[in-house]
Amino acid sequence: MTAAAADVALKGRVGDPFSSAWRRRLPLLPALLYAVAITQLPFIVSIYYSFTNLKDKTQSLIPEPTKFVGIDNYKQIFTDPFFRQAVWTSVQMTVLAVLLSLVFGTAFAILLDRKFLGQGLVRTLLITPFLLMPVVAALIWKQQMFSSLFGILDKILTFLGLSSVQFISAHPLGSIVTVLVWQWTPFMMLIMLAGLQSQPGDILEAANVDGASGLGIFRQLTLPHLRRYLELGALLGSIYIVQAFDPIDVMTGGGPGSTNVPYYVFQDSIGGGFRYGSASAYAIVVVIFAIIIATLALRLLSSLFKDEERA
Amino acid sequence: MKRGARLGVGERRSIAIGIGVLAWVVALIWIFPIAWTVLTSFKTEQDAAAQTFHQGLSFGRYSDIAHSIPGTLSLQTAFTNSLVVVVVSTLIVLLLALPAAYALAIRPVRKWRDVLFFFISTKFLPVVASIFPIYVYAEKWNLIGTRTILVVLYIAINLPLAIWMTRSFFMEVPRELIEAAEIDGTSLVNQLRSVILPIAAPGIAATALLCVIFAWNEYFYAIQLNFASGSTMPQWVISNVSTRGNFLAKLSAASIVACLPVVLAGWAAQKRMIRGLSMGALK
Repeated sequence: MTAAAADVALKGRVGDPFSSAWRRRLPLLPALLYAVAITQLPFIVSIYYSFTNLKDKTQSLIPEPTKFVGIDNYKQIFTDPFFRQAVWTSVQMTVLAVLLSLVFGTAFAILLDRKFLGQGLVRTLLITPFLLMPVVAALIWKQQMFSSLFGILDKILTFLGLSSVQFISAHPLGSIVTVLVWQWTPFMMLIMLAGLQSQPGDILEAANVDGASGLGIFRQLTLPHLRRYLELGALLGSIYIVQAFDPIDVMTGGGPGSTNVPYYVFQDSIGGGFRYGSASAYAIVVVIFAIIIATLALRLLSSLFKDEERA
Repeated sequence: MKRGARLGVGERRSIAIGIGVLAWVVALIWIFPIAWTVLTSFKTEQDAAAQTFHQGLSFGRYSDIAHSIPGTLSLQTAFTNSLVVVVVSTLIVLLLALPAAYALAIRPVRKWRDVLFFFISTKFLPVVASIFPIYVYAEKWNLIGTRTILVVLYIAINLPLAIWMTRSFFMEVPRELIEAAEIDGTSLVNQLRSVILPIAAPGIAATALLCVIFAWNEYFYAIQLNFASGSTMPQWVISNVSTRGNFLAKLSAASIVACLPVVLAGWAAQKRMIRGLSMGALK
């Protein structure tokens, strides 16, 4: 042991502020302070706002003084039918988009797991929608696929002798979910592909030697192995999809049936309402829901890490 | 014995070909909207609107989008803004994430799991929970419409992901190398530079790339906090949607130009991204 290392060990024992525990924590502090300052502090201020009638001063002709309104904002939430509608839309949008992209993503990953001509090119084509700007993805579908004026889908329907469909106005939720699934399937595919490729090959071979059928191997070995990857995909997908904003803004601008909770809160605040007080109350309710979901999700993640330690 | 050995050779081959064909069909369906947009971007506006090919294909729309009407957001401005915001925010994210990952992976602090979960949990906190105070204070400090406010926020959205991923790549650095460096009394900075970074570099590059993708494509903060002089590429794409006259071909060209840098980078790094995305949680 050199003198320097011995010195560190000694300082650790004496317990001065630069002991080894603090030396370990020091590299963590900048990131930790940043995350607290930009995400946690504003959240606390939001809680304060939610008990006031704060409005944007520049947006109203006669500025009202900001005052405490107690739980009025919260009372209003539970009598607001539009908010309930937005919650339901959020649930449908997230569940549908996550499930469908998981199903497609898993199917595509299984196809890509085998060797065939142009495998690399097919993978490259399939991941491309995930790399697009969400705004561009929404515009492509709105203007070039779904549009009844310029949309190719309408052309195809007419060609087949079917009547045209006003996709976005008749099925706003379905249209948005389509775009989300189109973009998130490649993401799920990448995760499932990583899962498939991490399967221990010798066990599969042993099963084959023992005469297990392809379907049997898939059900008994591959699926259980893929479970944690499916869970991971569902978790990461929901974190992002539940906050979807871009496709709604671009495709429907929050028409009926397509306004999810984040979009609703924005309409009430910086999107035009400028009622920060009541919008903050909505946000707090959203956070409470998110904490419940996140607790479940983090418990799942935690079990993944425990598996890792055992391994 | 190989997989599928119980099947005849001919059967095995036809299954393999069948899977290959199916995969190609699926890929062509999935890429179709993008391929169609690329095609539209080379058409004239009349052809684009009518979905015809009478007037041939050209690069005309690409030169159109480079010359904007004075007073509107130009490609050059939006591109510069995006570039500055993306590069600066990604560099700062790495500066914050690398030491943090070190303290979570290589010489872990006590309760490192709780700290890691704290970072991940900031990702679960809905944007709406913190946007109003940020908006109110950005207004107060005259940061609305600046690149600074976007840099500040993009660091916050990418930091959890970056810490999560770099930690997993740091876990792969052999312990013996680090211990040897420690015994030699190498400082933290030198340990990072001479031992850890060379091994974790490909992983860090993949992490940086994902941060770049998310920052380049970000639209929500950009439109809420930065609708004026600091506008970025997504806003520029939207600005090509016109309520008067045909705009489809021009919009297509704008979409391709706006997405191309990130798509090319993503193609180049796809294998590392697979690892980065999954190992981040599973390793």
